[in-house]
Amino acid sequence: MAQANTYQAKSQFGYRRHPDQDRPGQSPAEHPVVVVGAGPVGLSLAIDLAQRGQRVVLLDDADRIGEGSRAICFSKRSLEYWDRLGVADRMVEKGVVWSVGRIFHGESQLYQFNLLPEDGHKRPAFINLQQYYAEAYLVDRISDLPAIDLRWRNKVTALEQRNDSVALTIETPEGAYRLHAQYVVACDGARSSLRQMVGADFAGQVFEDQFLIADVKMTAEFPTERWFWFDPPFHAGRSALLHRQPDGVWRIDLQLNRYADPTVEKKPENVRPRIARMLGHDKFEFEWISLYKFQCRRMDRFLHGRVIFAGDSAHQVSPFGARGANSGLEDAENLSWKLDRVLRGTSPASLLESYHVERSLAADENIRESTRSTDFMAPNSHQEARLRKAVLSLAKETEFGKRMVNGGRLSVPCSYDSPLSSPDADAWDAGPRPGCSMLDAPLGQQVYLTDAFRKGGTDFTLLSFSNGAAIDAPDGVKGICIGGEGGLADPSGLVTKRYDAEPGAAYLLRPDGYVAARFRHPTRDAIAVALSRAQGLN
Amino acid sequence: MPLSTSSNFARPDDAFRAIVEAHRGLTEEQSADFDAALVLILANHIGDIDVLRDALVLAKRRMIDGQQQQQQQQ
Repeated sequence: MAQANTYQAKSQFGYRRHPDQDRPGQSPAEHPVVVVGAGPVGLSLAIDLAQRGQRVVLLDDADRIGEGSRAICFSKRSLEYWDRLGVADRMVEKGVVWSVGRIFHGESQLYQFNLLPEDGHKRPAFINLQQYYAEAYLVDRISDLPAIDLRWRNKVTALEQRNDSVALTIETPEGAYRLHAQYVVACDGARSSLRQMVGADFAGQVFEDQFLIADVKMTAEFPTERWFWFDPPFHAGRSALLHRQPDGVWRIDLQLNRYADPTVEKKPENVRPRIARMLGHDKFEFEWISLYKFQCRRMDRFLHGRVIFAGDSAHQVSPFGARGANSGLEDAENLSWKLDRVLRGTSPASLLESYHVERSLAADENIRESTRSTDFMAPNSHQEARLRKAVLSLAKETEFGKRMVNGGRLSVPCSYDSPLSSPDADAWDAGPRPGCSMLDAPLGQQVYLTDAFRKGGTDFTLLSFSNGAAIDAPDGVKGICIGGEGGLADPSGLVTKRYDAEPGAAYLLRPDGYVAARFRHPTRDAIAVALSRAQGLN
Repeated sequence: MPLSTSSNFARPDDAFRAIVEAHRGLTEEQSADFDAALVLILANHIGDIDVLRDALVLAKRRMIDGQQQQQQQQ
């Protein structure tokens, strides 16, 4: 089916024997954390943990970067995370930056939207980048980090939960060996074998309609925007999506009916006329062809003893909304600082429960949003189709109709109703409330708040707005001061505005950039209480 | 219940008549399409999800009552 692209040939990694494999069976090597699965989530998590000073074993059952473009849309939030992991510049440089989407019905445009209409953010709303590039850049970054031990062709075949560790049996080309880990993070994808090993179910909804995804290489004049059609002339009665990727590759997504025969539909000679009808020519080459039935489902619990699930292994969504890889990266970002603290013994193991709580909220939101989009594209009944028809028709002449048209709601960071957040005690008109992600803002030419946040490694950070008096931050809390003597400038006033701040105000940020608490008139005690709470200490 | 169920039109017969007349001359299919659009327009005008939910519950009760009647007849 898919033709190997040129990049993949350069992304082959060799299996190498590790001394762990030579240890006697009764005394396997002990590791603090083993991450299973070297996809975007596992790779990012390993880098984050290593940057925090943890030694990480990262296992992958393959010996190369996965085939096909797969995930292509990486969100602002993911780029801000990758900035902290030292890979975002490369991703953005290679990627295609976009923020505008257009929705068409039949031949005419219904409306267009801009996902980042304001200036003063370091990172764009989205970049499109083939997943294999993202993975390759993450693997390159790992070669700078000796704390990560990346072992290709190491397949976990058995798992045993013990009181103080997890025992893994790992199959390699040279036979099996065993490892003990204090914690195992399963980032092994939607078909996770670790999920089966812990005996967890993966319940949810399967959508009956099938979708054909083709990545084609061509020279085209389409703008760098996300174009979505309901009932286009070239694909009557169904939906279509066109999206640009680097290297002159275009993602085309065509809805097929539920009875289409996948083996027949996937054949390039059958896909070609469909794409040619859409493009009006057949001067293109296939990079990748795939046929899907989408599923929206999640594990009931993301923690199973000492095995933690992140990314597609824990939750799966349909692709409309770019909520798969991006939510997996948010999992990694949420988990790594907590796991680091637990491994160091600076927070109790119960802090990990907040990973389950927060990321479950996110998974539910992502599943809800992507289910609604998929249902809108593929109505389940005659009456649903009728309501959709009414919305599409009202969208031509009303604003509310446009807003109801659901061609995918694109990923934004979830807000957590979290045990780690301290509720507001003061009145705020705007700004990110506790449980929300920090907002970026400019600190001058080409310098941003997210840069100041990541500088020197991300830990708990007190973002304060100077009123002349120094704020007494608790030990171990990094300070970013806006204004005043020695503080950072806010020349555009956007930091102060986006945080609804007056002089003297302060925000306590978690290591993942989420707001733990905020104060109009911070005191050392109030900050310390909020900090303990956010660290799971009380 | 935030949904108002007191009579809000000075002349309720005019309102009922206006809706009835809008359906005149439409096929069953067209009537159903018309209703779908009308529901969405009115729902947006109300613009209050709690009122909408109450209205859905009140309307849905007709279905339940209808089913019970059918069962009694059987």
